[in-house]
Amino acid sequence: MSAPSEPSSGNPLLRYIARRVGVSVLLVVGVTLVTFVLTNLVPGDTVAANLGQQAAADPTIVAAYRSHYGLDRPLPEQYGTYLVNLLHGDLGESQQTHRSVVADLSAAVPATLEIAIGAIVLSILIGVGLGVVAAVRRGHLADSALRLVSLVGISVPTFWLAMVAFYVFSYKLDVAPGSGRLSPATTAPPDVTGLYTVDALLSGQWETFGDAVAHLMLPTLVLTLYTVGLLTRFTRSAVLEVLDQDFVRSARAKGLPGRTVLLRYVLRAALVPILTVVGLAFGALLSGTVLVEQIFSWPGMGSYAYQAASHLDLPGVMGVGLVVGVIYVVINLVVDLLYGVIDPRVRVS
Amino acid sequence: MRRIPRAWRTPLGITGAVVAALWIVVAVLGPVLWPYGPLAQDFPRLEGPTGAHWFGTDELGRDVFTRVLAGAQVTVPLALLLVGLSVVVGGLLGLAAGFFGRWVDETVMRLTDLVMAFPIVILAMVVAAALGASLVNAVLAALVVSWPAYARVTRGLVVGIRTADYVLADRLLGFSAFRSLRTDIVPMVVGPVLILASLDIGTATLLLSGLSFLGLGAKPPTAEWGSMVSTAVQNFDSWWMGVFPGLAILTVVMAFNFLGDALRDALDPRTAGVLEKAETR
Repeated sequence: MSAPSEPSSGNPLLRYIARRVGVSVLLVVGVTLVTFVLTNLVPGDTVAANLGQQAAADPTIVAAYRSHYGLDRPLPEQYGTYLVNLLHGDLGESQQTHRSVVADLSAAVPATLEIAIGAIVLSILIGVGLGVVAAVRRGHLADSALRLVSLVGISVPTFWLAMVAFYVFSYKLDVAPGSGRLSPATTAPPDVTGLYTVDALLSGQWETFGDAVAHLMLPTLVLTLYTVGLLTRFTRSAVLEVLDQDFVRSARAKGLPGRTVLLRYVLRAALVPILTVVGLAFGALLSGTVLVEQIFSWPGMGSYAYQAASHLDLPGVMGVGLVVGVIYVVINLVVDLLYGVIDPRVRVS
Repeated sequence: MRRIPRAWRTPLGITGAVVAALWIVVAVLGPVLWPYGPLAQDFPRLEGPTGAHWFGTDELGRDVFTRVLAGAQVTVPLALLLVGLSVVVGGLLGLAAGFFGRWVDETVMRLTDLVMAFPIVILAMVVAAALGASLVNAVLAALVVSWPAYARVTRGLVVGIRTADYVLADRLLGFSAFRSLRTDIVPMVVGPVLILASLDIGTATLLLSGLSFLGLGAKPPTAEWGSMVSTAVQNFDSWWMGVFPGLAILTVVMAFNFLGDALRDALDPRTAGVLEKAETR
């Protein structure tokens, strides 16, 4: 935050971006510190959780285990080593899968992103649309109905909805495929992005593409319901706030058609608060995936986090924490930067 | 607070109040309403709903209806406890941050930034797994992720009030900082924070039952809704085992969300905005 009297050098938008990026890097380091402290301060015993009972009783094995994972070093040194390795793109070795955390995560992250991206795009399209309708029809039947739907949407336990959806559509009606990312008979497409749909398209395997999309449908739709509820509510209140403004009244008084006023004046002004919520909703989505992935046996970040956490696999947990933290920070950064683009006042403040 | 009764007169508000009251009665009366014992394995296993067992029986021959009713004694009080603890911890920290400013403010706010940079379930999962699976630890884990919302809202409100003329006037009259905090600031903050709390009961219920679903909360024989759904996943043919506990969670969360929504609508629009932002968590 520079003093307003200070003569500003260079492009204000670039300075704004530089400042935001700097803050984001600090936040990511903070995130690693928090996961490190959390996973080490808590009383759980990682040795007992990962070695069998018999092995954990043998002091030589325990000592070898602790030295293999560097657990015998002082904590600040462990953290320092972690940061240095991190700079080299090394997140350590998982105490549970015995593979490098980077390899584990590079398989798990695209699996989760494939659901999460689909869900957030659908949620924005549906949620923002419904929110605008609710605001414009304020007090009418449509508004009340949408309020009910969105309140129910944010009240449904995701893991339960996932189970019911799986039971009805996959198990009983057989219109959706079973669990996992692909049917057992289908082989995964050549790994380029890790997103099966994109990889299948890149290699021209239409059947694999169809199978991947079919498997994506249910988990994506289940996750969408919650965020749609959230986005409908916020869009409604954001649009309502703008509808009362003088410039909207002036635009109407000028005789502009209702749709022009809504799209060019109201929605544009409401975009800033809506963007904030989209960023937050993506975070809520990532939380939701942990539960949904359990039901659909989806080999994503949520499943990995769950396994790492329940086995107290510290490198695994730190890795997930870091990736998720980075995703959060990047999203907030993008949202902040978009503010700067949409609303010039933000750049100078 | 006098405005609340009018807010309840919306159809959703009334529905919410009635359903929430019903669940509270179920939780308070407890065993009086249970047709059988929640742990009694006296019946044929995995039987669908019948006249004797409205919600069927589970994989150990226990009555699902009884277990759903018994579950109210587990989840609802813990959700209330969690929200209460979050209000106290987050509220006090937010109050301190807003009132004292400077490094206190910086420290508390950066802490909330850090906690909020995580998806709640993943962070709560790590804490719960590390502390060991138990309901109390699940509440503690959830507390770690839920206090920042209150700290932020409280701080925001305090910062807005701190420099108000009437507060300054009292300070000029020689009131101590503590007295000014108590008589001028806290009463202005309590209302909105309590509304936020009422909106949060639903979220707290979802979080706690989600942790139990993952096996990080209630331990097996306990009749807890989330863990009942998780057992049901292993007995897929017996849909009644999972559907009814899930409906219990849904109705509780919905009731409190309806109530909170009605309460917020009755609020001053300015505070409503602050609350909405906090609520996305």
